Amino acid sequence: MTGKQKVSAIINGELAEFLCEPHQSLLECLRDILGLTGAKEGCNDGNCGACSVLLDGRLVNSCLVLGVEIEGREVTTIEGLAGWQGLHPLQQAFIAEDALQCGYCTPGMLMAGKALLDRNPNPTEAEIRTWLSGNLCRCTGYDKIVRAVRSASKRMTEVV
Amino acid sequence: MRPFDYQAPATVDEAIAALAAKGERARPLAGGTDILVQLRQGRFELDLLVDLKRIPELLAIGYDPDTGLTIGAAVSCAVLAEHPDVRTHYPGLLDAASIIGGTAIQGRATLGGNLCNAAPSGDSIAAMMVLGARAVVAGPSGRREVPVASFCTAPGKTVLQKGELVVALKIPAPQPHTGARYLRFIPRGEMDIAVAGAGAWVALTADATRITNARIALAAVAPTPLNVPEASAALVGHAPGEDVFAQAAALASEAATPIHDTRGTTPQRRHLVAVLVRRALQGAVKRAMANEAPGQEAQR
Ligand SMILES: Cc1cc2nc3c(=O)[nH]c(=O)nc-3n(C[C@H](O)[C@H](O)[C@H](O)COP(=O)(O)OP(=O)(O)OC[C@H]3O[C@@H](n4cnc5c(N)ncnc54)[C@H](O)[C@@H]3O)c2cc1C
Ligand code: FES
Ligand code: FES
Repeated sequence: MTGKQKVSAIINGELAEFLCEPHQSLLECLRDILGLTGAKEGCNDGNCGACSVLLDGRLVNSCLVLGVEIEGREVTTIEGLAGWQGLHPLQQAFIAEDALQCGYCTPGMLMAGKALLDRNPNPTEAEIRTWLSGNLCRCTGYDKIVRAVRSASKRMTEVV
Repeated sequence: MRPFDYQAPATVDEAIAALAAKGERARPLAGGTDILVQLRQGRFELDLLVDLKRIPELLAIGYDPDTGLTIGAAVSCAVLAEHPDVRTHYPGLLDAASIIGGTAIQGRATLGGNLCNAAPSGDSIAAMMVLGARAVVAGPSGRREVPVASFCTAPGKTVLQKGELVVALKIPAPQPHTGARYLRFIPRGEMDIAVAGAGAWVALTADATRITNARIALAAVAPTPLNVPEASAALVGHAPGEDVFAQAAALASEAATPIHDTRGTTPQRRHLVAVLVRRALQGAVKRAMANEAPGQEAQR
């Protein structure tokens, strides 16, 4: 039964083709097949957000997506966040605000932050906290993360 | 996870054929936020998952002021919550769609999946029940419509027969002077399963002095989301106000048969039902009276 299927998708702006079994999660495919180890496995059941990526621009938990589901779709992972000009303003703000300690939640936080700012460039603190509610952090106590998202949002809206 | 096959058909007929061929060994995949977790936990084994997200009909949202809202069964809560007509006309539905999990869960979770998973705590089920929603079911012998209120038969069990799937949810057009609200209690702000939930829908006279019709449904306090007709009946013919809300709340609390578990005790859940029904009624009446801009209120 089953066997491997070929999947073609745009991952971080580039065409990626890989083989996976239907039951393998997108998170497994990213990490173990494609070598994109930025997305982390925390809970493997949708609760922690460490595996957050964008699927066609929408925030999802890659542990609750099958690799085969991304056929023909676009995925953005933390590896695709920084551009040629350097770190994304969110990444810079996380450094400036000390918004990480162990860093395990950080890729997910950044992808969730990006999904938020893409839709709502100037969120309130309450909106940031609600939006990030599916991303758990055991270290920072969240305040610095929320501050970093706000400061990135300020910088990004000033530049425009 | 134990290996299984995966198909992503482009039509409803192909999906039905694939499901019917495998019987109990195949299931639909919508957002996967329940079924992938359950498969990984080893709660059951499957030979085939049939992905519904490549079927155009199941991804559509249609609104018609006369016939109401049709939501394709594979539409995620996030897409639903961005739809302008849903935001304007169905705040009571958004109350539920915007509290299922967090942002990333809502990016995948569907109302069809919430309904077909048939958890007693399914937030959108009670919300859809009070709105008079119907599920459009397609199967080997054609299509039928099932009221959401009679769709779930036991925890995890539904009226669906072999090869059947939900293609859409239909919600009647909102009438003037009607309003709906869904609320739940969880110990933290987000990302938790309801300890108790309550949905309310009311229709008022044009001058808002009398309730002409009402529906109340509860979540997480019975083996299935629970309709409470006796609480609804207690409201009809009365002026909207705290006395009659309290009466309906007491009846709902009596009708509930909550279990005692790690999330809450039986007495706590009964108490919560009364509080939530009262607040849901206040919210529903406020919406019915004000025709308030729903998107703004829908945040929770
Ligand atoms: C972290 C987390 C938080 C959550 N929080 C909440 C919450 O607050 N409130 C809540 O109610 N739920 C919550 N859930 C549960 C889940 O997200 C919801 O029940 C969701 O709506 C399920 O939809 P889905 O599309 O992901 O379903 P799936 O997992 O794809 O499917 C669920 C079940 O329904 C069947 N199915 C799906 N679509 C159809 C169809 N069209 N026809 C026939 N059968 C179908 C599937 O075969 C499966 O058995 C949470 C889950 C997680 C992981
Ligand atoms: S690993 Fe995916 S949400 Fe925790
Ligand atoms: S920095 Fe350690 S979990 Fe967030």
